[in-house]
Amino acid sequence: MNETRHHVTLTVNGVVREATVPGRRLLSDCLRHDLGLTGTHVGCEHGVCGACTVLLDGEPVRSCLTLAVTVDGHEITTVEGLARDGELSPVQRAFTECHALQCGFCTPGFLCTVTAFLRDNPAPTEEEALEAVAGNLCRCTGYQNILKAVHRAAELQAEEDR
Amino acid sequence: MKPPPFGYHGPATLGEALDVLAETGPGGKVLAGGQSLIPLLNMRLAAPAHIIDVNRVPGLDGIEARPSGVRVGALARHAAVERSPEAAAAQPLLRQALRLVAHPVIRNRGTVVGSLVHADPAAEMPAVLALLGGSVRLASRGGEREVPAAEFFTGPMESALRPGELAVSAFFPALPGRSGTAFHEVARRHGDYAVAGVAAAVTLDEDFRIAAARVACVSVGPVPVVVDVTAACGPRPAASADWAAVAGAVRDRIEPEGDIHATADYRRHLTGVLAARALRDAASAARGEES
Repeated sequence: MNETRHHVTLTVNGVVREATVPGRRLLSDCLRHDLGLTGTHVGCEHGVCGACTVLLDGEPVRSCLTLAVTVDGHEITTVEGLARDGELSPVQRAFTECHALQCGFCTPGFLCTVTAFLRDNPAPTEEEALEAVAGNLCRCTGYQNILKAVHRAAELQAEEDR
Repeated sequence: MKPPPFGYHGPATLGEALDVLAETGPGGKVLAGGQSLIPLLNMRLAAPAHIIDVNRVPGLDGIEARPSGVRVGALARHAAVERSPEAAAAQPLLRQALRLVAHPVIRNRGTVVGSLVHADPAAEMPAVLALLGGSVRLASRGGEREVPAAEFFTGPMESALRPGELAVSAFFPALPGRSGTAFHEVARRHGDYAVAGVAAAVTLDEDFRIAAARVACVSVGPVPVVVDVTAACGPRPAASADWAAVAGAVRDRIEPEGDIHATADYRRHLTGVLAARALRDAASAARGEES
């Protein structure tokens, strides 16, 4: 089948990027295959695992449950866009410090989810932190260190803001 | 996997959307939040010839809260409705139920009206609409019609929506004074589809006796099962109601099926327990107490 292709313009991590994609191109595949940004990982490809979570206009969404054409003209932040001037973000530093990753496959999704969560709720309770990461699966860590990292990231952010 | 090929349409106005829907007929499928549709496409469980993406259509993302109830537009995301203080004030059950819908990240994208049209009998929003006696407004090139909840849900994943129609909004009526609501469910994991769930609404009379009480049960039938338990409650003060007996009346009215997640008997038991909890909390809320 000769599929119609659509021109999309996305602002990814502050840079305007363009691609020509079929209507069925998932945002996750557009980022990885068309734009070469392979930091966004694809796990289950039906919205369960959370590995492909990116920020769409600042809000975390599943990039595997979003068509690239739908978000034409919008802003996307991927894991590649979390560091500033070569320095890891507080959330990224906290994950490193707390040993909140092992194989790292799920980590990009966790980082994007937690980054948006702490922006909206800079001092979460234990329960709020748990709820925030409940939609992301990790098969290595057992989640305890990820939860520690959420709270550590909140501390690091508070220190930076002082 | 990846979605199968389809013709993509991105109408910029409601008129354009209705034109494309009229042209594509049964082969056309509307894409709003996509949190149910795109998994179906990725798993190749659905292969519509045409996708009509309404995300660019202006004016569909409204959340209008009035004393009479809340009208939610087709592009209002779960998260937006959940966060709206006006919507929560006019109909508290919306927020109570939305907190149970999937995970926050899914709620950022999924839409309330999309959940209704998807008509999953395990989902929360159809139960809320059914319990409250709300309605869905369907537009087509020929005009608009407002379909009451009792007629809207026609089977598992089936609704009264006809080819060529777009669900443009849904209306969730407010309840009279001295009313309270609650939603309780049990899922294998937080955020999963519920094994069983119950939404309850209780209205008290001037003497704080139960004037009306009903529940809507999820995952126990092809559509949300609404059970009026006013008679089972009797005109007694809410504080002395025999909720366990009322739960028995609910258990008698449902015909759950067993699957790999739960047997039919377990679902029936669970629904009774959740009905008692939800009714008790709704009655407390009706008395103005924190549940």
